[in-house]
Amino acid sequence: MTKFIKRGYLVLVLLFLYVPIVVLILQSFNAGVSRAKWEGFSLKWYADLFQSPAITNALYITVTIALLASFFATIIGTAAAIGIHAMRRRPQAAMMTLTNIPMTMPDIVTGISLMLLFIFTRVQRGYVTMLLAHITFNIPYVILSVLPKLKQMNRHSYEAALDLGATPGYALRKVILPFVMPGVITGALLSFTLSLDDFTISYFTTSPLVQNLSTLIYSEARKGIKPTMNALSALMFVALLILLLAINRRANKAQETKTNGGTR
Amino acid sequence: MISMRFPPWAIGAMILGLAGFAVMVAANVRQNRGVKRSLFAYPYSLWMVVFTIIPLLLIAYYAFTDRSGQFTLENFRTFWDSNHEMNKQLAELGFDPAALGGARGTVNVDTLVYSLWMAFLCTVICLFLGYPAALFMADRQFRLGATLVILFIIPMWMNFLLRTIAWMSLLEDNGLINSILTALGLPRMQLMYNSQAVLLGMVYNYLPFMVFPVYNALSKQDYRLSEAAMDLGASPILTFWRVTMPLSLPGVISGITMVFMPSVTTFFIPRVLGGGNTEMFGDLIERTFLSADNWNVGSALSLIMMVLILMSLTLLRKVDPEGEGGSTI
Repeated sequence: MTKFIKRGYLVLVLLFLYVPIVVLILQSFNAGVSRAKWEGFSLKWYADLFQSPAITNALYITVTIALLASFFATIIGTAAAIGIHAMRRRPQAAMMTLTNIPMTMPDIVTGISLMLLFIFTRVQRGYVTMLLAHITFNIPYVILSVLPKLKQMNRHSYEAALDLGATPGYALRKVILPFVMPGVITGALLSFTLSLDDFTISYFTTSPLVQNLSTLIYSEARKGIKPTMNALSALMFVALLILLLAINRRANKAQETKTNGGTR
Repeated sequence: MISMRFPPWAIGAMILGLAGFAVMVAANVRQNRGVKRSLFAYPYSLWMVVFTIIPLLLIAYYAFTDRSGQFTLENFRTFWDSNHEMNKQLAELGFDPAALGGARGTVNVDTLVYSLWMAFLCTVICLFLGYPAALFMADRQFRLGATLVILFIIPMWMNFLLRTIAWMSLLEDNGLINSILTALGLPRMQLMYNSQAVLLGMVYNYLPFMVFPVYNALSKQDYRLSEAAMDLGASPILTFWRVTMPLSLPGVISGITMVFMPSVTTFFIPRVLGGGNTEMFGDLIERTFLSADNWNVGSALSLIMMVLILMSLTLLRKVDPEGEGGSTI
């Protein structure tokens, strides 16, 4: 009986979380404009989606920003993690505090402070400023996914490589990088998804002329939502779902190799 | 479409930073020993100074200056009294604000109090909804726990704007809920454009942030402790109250942090689900910056919010110094 109540409760909470999403996805296949009435199955909103220049343009901006931002954030963040790991305790603690600042700051403050920076330096807001902002909020996540890997590493293997005649650069490429690679890839994927999903920071760091999907949805929502937006959200949801399932599988695999005692 | 117009001195500063890095690398390349590895963090620290520290200092700068760049505390007075500037202008024109009925404008303070109240309610509701869910999932006899956690994560992968908009189609006058009510012969209800709708949107968006840390704390718990309590004669309720619950407190604390922080600064949700009837502090800051174009007052408001958040974080750190439970997300 208690088992029944427990499961029933969980089902109710999950229903609460899923009903709006399911309704939204169903609506994207509705032939009519009305949101309450089902007027037959149709893919016309999906067709409309790809004929709207505003949406395709926003899609292009979102994807390129996410790719570029995760690329740069991964490079800077991985290098930083290796650097921080090699530091002595005092500077290391200082760097970790620095890394934690943007993570405790609310998004709206991050966005506004960057907006002030760009206004103050008279840099015109647009694509490049949005990219810079995305790199900024992504780097700490990369660092926090690479650092644990570095801590797991046997510190003597790097020294052993040096003793065996490897140059530091060679040891870095052949010993450290291969070991931390899973963390690097997790960090890159995490940055990519965060970047795809971001609204608040993008909103303050771009101009109305350069919009990513989130800011476009925001300006559309004020005018009233068109059914094409439902189609777009369904597509974005599926895309993110696939991406994050990939991350999850990676994480699980890493877990398995760890529990199987698999050391490389 | 890609516009890039940097002033020359900004480009100069970038080149200078890179040159500084090159010089430091060159100075540190020792005979056959390569670059010191701690130098790898240099580009990052430079980046953080330019894009995090300086922007934060700029907020402080704007908060304590007026439009002409003079030091002032007026912006904080405008927080306390939103009619302050208007009354001052009236006084300069020779009018007596008091005679014209110029009272203290309480809009800004009211908005802050309202935001804190809404965030508090949201946190309490999330706790009471989320704790039992986490408890049932962490149950050792319940095999599906780990799978269900993923089911809690998936909705978060949908853009939060879209998740909020999705509620609109359920709640609006011609929405699904009202259609069902009409079909059943019941009267329609006004579900949108009030505080309850905003609260619902907030709980919906932030509930998973409460469930994960609590679930983590509960599932890491040594189950033998509660078994021992039962063996020693404690009833299930007493066991929960004296063993399970106290041990899960770190998770609860980080859950509270992770729900309360974003709820205070929420913006967009009140605008969509609350219409124009509700405004929260995040909306106020955004409106002050972008619609009223007043960066000085906007910065003062941001600063006040940051101080509040830092204060509550320190308070919560005291309760949970290890910061456990929240480390997973």
